[in-house]
Amino acid sequence: MAAITERQKLAYANAQAADGRVNLEFETDEGMTLNMGPQHPATHGTLRIVLKLDGEQVISCEPVMGYMHRGYEKLTEVRTYPQVTTLVNRIDWLGSFANEVPFILAAEKLMDIEAPPRAQWIRTLLFEMSRIANISLFVGDMALHIGAMTAAFYAFRDREYVLNQIESATGGRFHPNFDRIGGLKDDLPKGWIVDTKASMERIRDFCDEMETLVEGNEIFQARTRGVGVIPADVAMAYGLSGANLRASGVDWDLRRDQPVGLAWNEVDWHVWTHPDGDSFSRFWVRLQEIRESTKIIDQLLDGLPSGAIMAKVPRIIKVPEGEAWVATENPLGEMGYYVVSKGDLGPFRVKIRTASFNNVAVVPWVTRGVYVPDVVTILASLYFILGDIDR
Amino acid sequence: MIPLSSPETTEAPEAEAPATDEAREELVAALTTELGDAVVGSHIRTGDDVWVRVTRDAWREAGLVARDHLGFRYFEFLSALDWLPSPFGKNEDSPTDPPPTPSTDIVTGYAGGDTRFQVFARLHSFSQKLGLTLKVDIPDDDLRIDTWLPVFAGVNWHEREVLEMFGITFTGHPHLVKLYLPGEFEGYPLRKDFPLLARHVKPWPGIVDVEPMPAGDEPAEPDATDASDAAEGGDA
Repeated sequence: MAAITERQKLAYANAQAADGRVNLEFETDEGMTLNMGPQHPATHGTLRIVLKLDGEQVISCEPVMGYMHRGYEKLTEVRTYPQVTTLVNRIDWLGSFANEVPFILAAEKLMDIEAPPRAQWIRTLLFEMSRIANISLFVGDMALHIGAMTAAFYAFRDREYVLNQIESATGGRFHPNFDRIGGLKDDLPKGWIVDTKASMERIRDFCDEMETLVEGNEIFQARTRGVGVIPADVAMAYGLSGANLRASGVDWDLRRDQPVGLAWNEVDWHVWTHPDGDSFSRFWVRLQEIRESTKIIDQLLDGLPSGAIMAKVPRIIKVPEGEAWVATENPLGEMGYYVVSKGDLGPFRVKIRTASFNNVAVVPWVTRGVYVPDVVTILASLYFILGDIDR
Repeated sequence: MIPLSSPETTEAPEAEAPATDEAREELVAALTTELGDAVVGSHIRTGDDVWVRVTRDAWREAGLVARDHLGFRYFEFLSALDWLPSPFGKNEDSPTDPPPTPSTDIVTGYAGGDTRFQVFARLHSFSQKLGLTLKVDIPDDDLRIDTWLPVFAGVNWHEREVLEMFGITFTGHPHLVKLYLPGEFEGYPLRKDFPLLARHVKPWPGIVDVEPMPAGDEPAEPDATDASDAAEGGDA
């Protein structure tokens, strides 16, 4: 066995000291401190949650973030506009295409150009497909946290049908980087429409399967019904968005209520809400969202207009001076970009408003007084991606 | 924004635009009557968005008025802006040319402003389907402002992020510690005078091996020269 160098010993001692410091910080007279994470599976990445417990009950809860902070807001300031899409792909890595769209729309708004209809429809298509890819994993993952292994395998299996379609259109399963200012990189490949329709059939089957396998399960209901209730006014004060807001009974969906130019208003679909605001309703709303997405995609495929996929834009993109805010209903909730331009090749400042950041802010509020196993289900039902919190 | 460029839809927003604009003008007027002289600037982009700048003393008051009297019950985000032009440019300048002299003129955005730092927050009204961006100047020698925690519980982490990224303190915030960065981190990363060291250590590859732009398209030519001018001149 190789000898340990002084340097390695020092690094180890430092790491130990850091751990000790972390635990001391939170030690109190009342109750016990439990560190959940940073590597806990329920945290979708590296989120640490410091729980102060009285027996099994949570007295207080403090999420600790920053393990994955990549400083995208600073990085955008030294990039040109087309380069930024590569960065923002990596914010919510399960629904990457949806991250590009609001940024591109904000740049288009400042430049006062508009993508041709075909590009808008294909954007909407891929947006909804990334929603399915993202949320279908949630459905399996939520079941996994309750203790049901099978659903997670089904979710990973059926998500592939959508990811394959995204890949065949954009070339990337996770980071498409397909959106351009003024349109899209490419048109759809041959045979894509037929294949996508087939994959939507599979996804609807998946939803039915999940409904019987997970939603109807007695244990699942016992663990989620009435657990982690968030009333509507609390949800709005914390800025919750997406399915978390709709599960609290607030009928608000940016796709319907704040059209940004994409094709959602051209097709017939429904926004589902649930009055309960508990973990179960968040699961239920998301499952309905997948169904609605398949309906949207089917209708979009039927009515896909022909024509150009790129508006006329200058070769070197300079965005005129101004400020713009564009938000869209991403898989995790409302995602928006506040772009400040000074007429340069790159943005002067970009404020990225991500859904998970606000969604997780409610965790200390909602976990007060619950039992430790319920913390896991509440976290799973709020559904966040660490890249989306830390940016 | 116009939804689609098909002929039947291009006309509809034209007709709607004045209506929504009226709503925004009414909103600014309502804020002005409630807050009086505290509203120091506003900007409306017709049919799209509205910005209102208030004085620092009225910041919390403005939030409460917007929430309770104007129906802006949904909190989107709170952040800050540093209007100082970056002294480092975009690090895309040619390595052989002499470095550009960066401008130090502070030019603020919509709704104006007199200081380098501004805190801004965005609210939304579900009933009116309107968004509102509130801005406030923060003087350089006193980077402090009232916390918005009594207005929206969700600002907690947003204010902590602004503290660590810009160094702006929120008075009345009970747990104002760093959010992402380690406790011993020095400096405020999102300030413009904080260097992005990765760019200083290694020059941006884009300026080392630039391919010449292919000639051909007519409109491409002036843009290409524009861009090279900008790259040489930095932010000036």
